[in-house]
Amino acid sequence: MSRGTVSPVGARRAVPLLEVRSLQVAYGGIQAVKGIDLHIAPGELVALIGSNGAGKTTTLKTLAGLLPLSSGQIHYDGKSLHNIEAHQRVSMGIALVPEGRGVFARLTVHENLQMGAYSRNDQHEIASDLARMYELFPRLAERRGQLAGTLSGGEQQMVAMARALMSRPRLLMLDEPSMGLAPLMVQKIFETIRDIAAQGMSILLVEQNARLALQAAQRGYVMESGSITLSGAAGELLGSDAVQRAYLGS
Amino acid sequence: MEILLQQIINGLVQGSVYALVALGYTMVYGILGLINFAHGEVVMVGAMLALSALTALLGMGVPPVPALLFSVMVAMAGCMVLGYGIERIAYRPLRHASRLAPLITAIGVSIVLQNLAMMIWGREYHSFPQLISNDTHNFGGAIINDIQIVIFILALAIMAGLMVVVHRTRLGCAMRAVAENQHAAQLMGVDINRVISITFMLGSALAAIAGLMVSANYGLAHYYMGFLLGLKAFTAAVLGGIGNLRGAMLGGLLLGLIESLGAGYIGDLTGGFMGSNYQDVFAFFVLIAVLVFRPSGLLGERLAERA
Ligand SMILES: Nc1ncnc2c1ncn2[C@@H]1O[C@H](COP(=O)(O)OP(=O)(O)O)[C@@H](O)[C@H]1O
Ligand SMILES: [Mg+2]
Repeated sequence: MSRGTVSPVGARRAVPLLEVRSLQVAYGGIQAVKGIDLHIAPGELVALIGSNGAGKTTTLKTLAGLLPLSSGQIHYDGKSLHNIEAHQRVSMGIALVPEGRGVFARLTVHENLQMGAYSRNDQHEIASDLARMYELFPRLAERRGQLAGTLSGGEQQMVAMARALMSRPRLLMLDEPSMGLAPLMVQKIFETIRDIAAQGMSILLVEQNARLALQAAQRGYVMESGSITLSGAAGELLGSDAVQRAYLGS
Repeated sequence: MEILLQQIINGLVQGSVYALVALGYTMVYGILGLINFAHGEVVMVGAMLALSALTALLGMGVPPVPALLFSVMVAMAGCMVLGYGIERIAYRPLRHASRLAPLITAIGVSIVLQNLAMMIWGREYHSFPQLISNDTHNFGGAIINDIQIVIFILALAIMAGLMVVVHRTRLGCAMRAVAENQHAAQLMGVDINRVISITFMLGSALAAIAGLMVSANYGLAHYYMGFLLGLKAFTAAVLGGIGNLRGAMLGGLLLGLIESLGAGYIGDLTGGFMGSNYQDVFAFFVLIAVLVFRPSGLLGERLAERA
């Protein structure tokens, strides 16, 4: 397995918001993540790409606290996340938009967004954030009283993103936000991701659509069967032969 | 005609109690996908606790109404602790075990509770003291007494209150979210263990009130009362569609009516061969019929996929 770095990223030496060291995760006896290292600086948009089954979702779920790690360390904002449960990580500022969206189908759009603010107590601020979400996604404003299960896939993805933003995260993790969406909707979702990133939020973006992800990101990691095989500046990954061959089909 | 009306009134009153108990089954099923077969025993403990508190307070010369209110509180508090404990001890350790495992611990908990109750309160029937006036009212030829009126109105009010909690509050929203997708709920910052505990405690508080109502209505309580009552309320929950709150209420009221009308007319139906003492059999006819013809219940849609 080639473990290469396309370009040195040592220039950026700010204290990382997220730092993962030698992370291993297993399902029963089967290792899905085999000792990966990665970090995200404040305000950075980082893409994690790789083919189906590489271990991307497993990595995100572990970072969110939904899966236990078998070894390694996760540090967030300088603190170890060891023994911190998923629901506690939310109030620390970690949000995950899960694969398949995980929208509450039998709750209304509005209730879904309110659930996003479950970890917060500042009622006034929550109300103004809700209003902001409806500005950001006018489609959702029209459908706020509708059960989320009745929405289209793209609209559900908007609900999932707006809901995650309602927790006011500092680290937003997105698991395949473009999955199953029409091209126009994919564009809209990626525009939103860029906007959010431009406002300074740190984002870890998992995608199978490598080109889109690397075009939006500053840095990227390539994951293959549980290991990170390549990392570097997004532009250089886009141009590298290995990525071109494996993920961009050229 | 008077008989019909009388049976309807009796059925609705008894049915409203079934509905309160059925809600406990259905809330737990909705959130965990398991049937808490120990729930009937929680109703029994509620009745027994209330009765003990009431007897003690009246013995100390406390006036009836404060005594009754305080007894309800004691029963509710006791049952909430019990419901919390049942989940922690019998179900939480088995959350990822096979579906059969919590069923077996539920039966174990039921047996333990029945035997504890027998040791504490004995095998005899305890009679419910005459407290509030029990005047009867003539209602179009049918008779309804004060206790029945209080039971029915209180039960409806409690159900309405529960619907408000579940559909209008932050906690209720979290309960529905956990019921639908536990992982996603955690990602919203919901402590699912806390929500599950609260759900058991809410259901147990309803059970305590229902236990008091049953013993007030029949004037009796005993250590074995939870078994049949629990089975019937479970039937009501299945009839309405288990996991569905409105279904539990509808199922409870319907089962009460079916039982009461069935008991009223079973003599005619069988040419005098069976009397109203066969009324308990209707619940089981209903249970079997629902399981055969409409396992998802009247308002449910997901039983087949989850059970
Ligand atoms: N719940 C699970 N139980 C067992 N194995 C799993 C489970 N989820 C994923 N895996 C396995 O772990 C590996 C990584 O999966 P995943 O993290 O979903 O990959 P990706 O998101 O990159 O497609 C795959 O081989 C997959 O089959
Ligand atoms: Mg995946």
